Amino acid sequence: MSSSMNNEIAVLGVGMHPWGKWGRNFVEYGVKAARDALEDSGVRWQDVGFVSGAATMRCGYPGYVAGATFAQALGWQGAEVNTSYAACASGSQALAAARAKILSGACDVALVVGADTTPKGFLAPQKGERPDDPDWVRFRLGITNPTYFALYARRRMALYGDTQDDFAQVKVKNAEHGFRNENARYRKKFSAEEVSASNMVADPLRLMDICATSDGGAALVVSSLEFARKIGRADAVKVAAVSTVTPTYASSVIEMPDIATDSAAVVAAHSFRAALPVKAYEEAGIGPADVDVAEVYDLSTALELDWMEDLQLCERGQAAQLVRAGDTRVGGRLPINPSGGLACFGEAVPAQAIAQVCELTWQLRGDAGARQVAGARVGITANQGLFGHGSSVILKR
Amino acid sequence: MSEETNAAAGKKHRQPALEGWFTLDNEKPHLIGNQCADCGTFYFPRARNFCKNPACNGDHFEDVQLSRTGKVWSFTNAAYQPPAPYVAADPFVPFTIAAVELEKEKMIVLGQVVAGVNPSDLEAGMDMELVLDTLFEDEAAEHITWKWKPL
Ligand SMILES: [Zn+2]
Repeated sequence: MSSSMNNEIAVLGVGMHPWGKWGRNFVEYGVKAARDALEDSGVRWQDVGFVSGAATMRCGYPGYVAGATFAQALGWQGAEVNTSYAACASGSQALAAARAKILSGACDVALVVGADTTPKGFLAPQKGERPDDPDWVRFRLGITNPTYFALYARRRMALYGDTQDDFAQVKVKNAEHGFRNENARYRKKFSAEEVSASNMVADPLRLMDICATSDGGAALVVSSLEFARKIGRADAVKVAAVSTVTPTYASSVIEMPDIATDSAAVVAAHSFRAALPVKAYEEAGIGPADVDVAEVYDLSTALELDWMEDLQLCERGQAAQLVRAGDTRVGGRLPINPSGGLACFGEAVPAQAIAQVCELTWQLRGDAGARQVAGARVGITANQGLFGHGSSVILKR
Repeated sequence: MSEETNAAAGKKHRQPALEGWFTLDNEKPHLIGNQCADCGTFYFPRARNFCKNPACNGDHFEDVQLSRTGKVWSFTNAAYQPPAPYVAADPFVPFTIAAVELEKEKMIVLGQVVAGVNPSDLEAGMDMELVLDTLFEDEAAEHITWKWKPL
């Protein structure tokens, strides 16, 4: 797809159900978020032509057909439905489906919704002896999700001289941001001393360096630019790019749940994370220098630094220096995760990528209140999940 | 540890925790991978039906023993007990984990590090070798796996 305004769609409305460990049915969170997004958009539910749901794999059959589940809960009104599952990128794929439908002319307005209810404790694989399943194998060998985050963090320490205090500063910064966000689950400021006093989970990462899992819901009402103009919303924030590219063989980094990387003996190794924004920048026809604010997938504090470099917001190895200089705080030169990020939300998989778009929409409208990034006109999101799923979305004024 | 000393100590039967993933040579064990007969790409664990190189339609693979030494790419530990199917000793004993880069295969392989080696003993670039060691024990057997050990 070439870069052109013809690829853009408008974000008419956004809504969220606060993140937490509420323990209620995921449909409640999705409906609350959807109703808020509809109200924010000024569009009647009956005028939505396409409902694009992000699936959850933890809530039974209604979760597998989330688009229809939300449509039914809001009251069947004849819209077409779709459900996307792409791990952490599910919300972006649901947005991509809505965009395709709108750009093809098949509908004017679409509702994108994702919500999740998460179980308590560690995410563990299915039961039974399954040595053919890489996820079973790695857990059998004692390799959990934090293992991978810690390996990346230690690698940064070895290559770039990052320190555990740099990682703690990311948590301190995100906690300050999330303190001012009523949708965040954790709204408490922390000092670097408190972070470094929390229990070690996977050296060098401590409990407060690693994100939790949460319940939550997020929704968007999106439309064609023509429809936005027609209802007097020509100034709406626009989706300028949705990248959901897959990796290119061979992997350069060991990815969850694998026990080994691909072999780069015959073909060159490629970084998946770094590839995701490349397509987004191409599609939007802008570059990293145009970005004012970013929402990135900080599964760990150290991973936020990797993302800053993968998004080309600084040179490889320089991210910690930006943190030390205060550049990534709200009020700094290039705020990262003004929402508070996963550090303050915890991960609600099918809702998370949509929540990133909600935050950037508020930021670009100037509606982010105490956490507002002054004058933000271009924002980018990034996330990565299992099995070659990831996404990067660009929004602009 | 040899079979003779096991027997002398009245120890349990030793069996691989993952059948066919490594040779059962106590002195110089190797991980068992395979290699695409068409393009030469290495696989660990072994490829079954398809070569994953996008430029190759190969479906024939030959078993190969992977290099049994490499350099530390990164490392960490498990300070908390992992969930099942990990089988923990009671009480749980934290263990170190290394990602080791094999030069010939240009591949990074994860594994536990032998007991007694802490993250503070490791650094990127260190030489490591593959050894066999206990993953867990149950009533029936001692289940063994590969582990990395500083050279
Ligand atoms: Zn091949």
